[in-house]
Amino acid sequence: MVRRPSSRAYAAQWLLLLAVLAVAWFIVADAADNLGRRNISFGFGFLADRANFDIPFRLVPWIESDTYGRALLVSFLNTLLVSALGIVVATLLGLLVGIMRLSVNWLVRSVALAFIEFVRNTPQLIQIIFWYVAVLQTLPSPRQSIVLPAGLLLNIRGLYIPNAILGAHGALLAWLAVAAVIATPFVWRLDIGGWRIGAKALVLPVLAAILLGAGVDRLEWPVLKGFNIAGGTQVPPELVALWAGLSIYTAAFIAEIVRGSIQAVPKGQGEAAKALGLKSAPRMFLIILPQALRIMVPQLTSQYLNIIKSSTLGAAVAYPEVFQIFAGTVMNQSGREIETIIIVMAIFLAINLLASAFMNWYNQRVALVER
Amino acid sequence: MIRHASKLATCGAMVAGMVGLASASWAQTEVKSPTLDAVKKRGQLVCGIDTGIPGYAYQDASGKWQGLDVALCRAVAAATLGDPEKVKYIGTTSKVRFSVLQSGEIDLLVRDSELTLTRDSQLGLMEITPNFYTGQTIMVRKSLNVAHVKDLNGATICMLTGTTLETNISDYNRANNIKIGTLLFDRPEEAFAAAESGRCDGYTDDGGSVAAARSAMKKPDDWVFLPETLSRQPLGPHTRQGDDRWTNIVKWTHFAMLEAEELGITKANVDEMKKSSTDPQVKKFLGLEGDLGKGLGLDNDFAYKIVKAEGNYGEVYEATFGSKGLGLPRGLNNLYSKGGLMYPWSWY
Repeated sequence: MVRRPSSRAYAAQWLLLLAVLAVAWFIVADAADNLGRRNISFGFGFLADRANFDIPFRLVPWIESDTYGRALLVSFLNTLLVSALGIVVATLLGLLVGIMRLSVNWLVRSVALAFIEFVRNTPQLIQIIFWYVAVLQTLPSPRQSIVLPAGLLLNIRGLYIPNAILGAHGALLAWLAVAAVIATPFVWRLDIGGWRIGAKALVLPVLAAILLGAGVDRLEWPVLKGFNIAGGTQVPPELVALWAGLSIYTAAFIAEIVRGSIQAVPKGQGEAAKALGLKSAPRMFLIILPQALRIMVPQLTSQYLNIIKSSTLGAAVAYPEVFQIFAGTVMNQSGREIETIIIVMAIFLAINLLASAFMNWYNQRVALVER
Repeated sequence: MIRHASKLATCGAMVAGMVGLASASWAQTEVKSPTLDAVKKRGQLVCGIDTGIPGYAYQDASGKWQGLDVALCRAVAAATLGDPEKVKYIGTTSKVRFSVLQSGEIDLLVRDSELTLTRDSQLGLMEITPNFYTGQTIMVRKSLNVAHVKDLNGATICMLTGTTLETNISDYNRANNIKIGTLLFDRPEEAFAAAESGRCDGYTDDGGSVAAARSAMKKPDDWVFLPETLSRQPLGPHTRQGDDRWTNIVKWTHFAMLEAEELGITKANVDEMKKSSTDPQVKKFLGLEGDLGKGLGLDNDFAYKIVKAEGNYGEVYEATFGSKGLGLPRGLNNLYSKGGLMYPWSWY
């Protein structure tokens, strides 16, 4: 029993686990002891306290008399929003630049190379501040807004989009429209007794547009009122600067991942496709990219996690994400330093674990099944 | 009988021992200040200050730290170590300032920090006494033609996060049923840039900091202060709870600078006064009579050292916020006898 290598290995692992737990317990006990000695209390009850500050940009309603807990939700959604937007744009841009990098055209290839080298060799925080201070703050004041088509207004305070005010059954119709759009790809693949629906499924999105249109009662146009633009939905420059900073920086890394993955696909695949007479676009998108995707996914995961974590840089440009609101304002007002930091860390851990779980699931789905 | 006697003797010895211990520890608590001991042993005061803001704490052209808060650090170093240069400055952001003090990394925090009930009661800190009275002030562009804070309905104001500013705006909004928007920045550089470019209609902070912000604008004259203040903001030094003697030293260092102004003692005339003054108040203050300094655990002439090193409070104010600095009128920070709130406690 003792001599068996497997049981010895188990024993060693259990001992190690115990040691780790003992160290963790010691750290927690020591921290609690120190807090007690310094007359600092510990607890999460403060989340129910009144926050009493404004959050300038939010996806869900917020009033100044809401609780710290609600502030956490609002800022959490802001973090999710900018992370999701950043991931989508970084992926698309990275894919484009990565493919450009392999172009046979010298100019295209060099532009991609210059972009990658310039972007990934300068600090991300500087880039975010560059977009915010040097680019977006050169826009005109609200009084001299640039009027864009469809009633859009652009100025230093952001981009203002007309609001659609929904009528009596507007919300229901809008949900139906969303359902129709989501159902489209499934209907496309539907096969009823050998009769494939295919492109006829595109009726659904058209129907969705009609439903949406029918649900809108009137439009609320953004207009200048006092100091600011009133009405409409504001896309603040803080969001755009952070979004640009996150996605462009990461796109440079993703471009290199894409290039490497494409080059890792055996050359014969491309040659075989050529021999079949496929043109360059279908060759790339039908033959090479799907195979390169398998190689890309694990590396993309870590880039996505980086985007989510880097969203905390938004504090520099006044974007109200979790770190700024919670580890800034709330921490200062409530004095709960350890608690707020624990919460912020737990939130990022949760988002990132979920993101990696999803990517791992996707990775298994696209991975080559060997028999 | 013998057994009895020995028992009695043991008892007596124990009692004597306990009394001895008690008196020893009593004597110890009277002079013991872990922070003062650490400062003396190190030969240096570690002072937490602002990372750089005109008026409170900033580096001059030669890289030397100047400012109202820095002057208090230097004065404490002069009082405890006899040399105002023996200070190590730690620049602290508003987010970390209290943790740095709690953890013992600094001996003293003088960082334009507001004295509030929450901080006093929940952070394990001592709030000593204000060394600067101000109120949250809003500065706007002249071209907006705004005369009062209540005219700012719908406007957006830039400010720094990690402070009480956004709460005060929120309270003002609720009290007056208007909506002034806020935009919170982590560092002054981006906040100033946003105000300068017009992303916000104004900038807010305590009065001293707004004066500093105005001095950082491209055209300071384009900006005006609105007359109302949104809050009282008593700013002052903080120490750790549990070292009362150290707290007293910091408190009386500040009062020494006020008392010097009250008595008309300046950096320039302090030696003269020490030599020739016959005023018992002055003699007591400068440590020529009585033992006020010893009671604090310092040298008897600690107040002399402070004034010799930094001058009185009025001199420091003039050099930092006043006519030789940011041009902010003395206002509430004048001595009580000149219409201000600066009122030193009795010096005997």
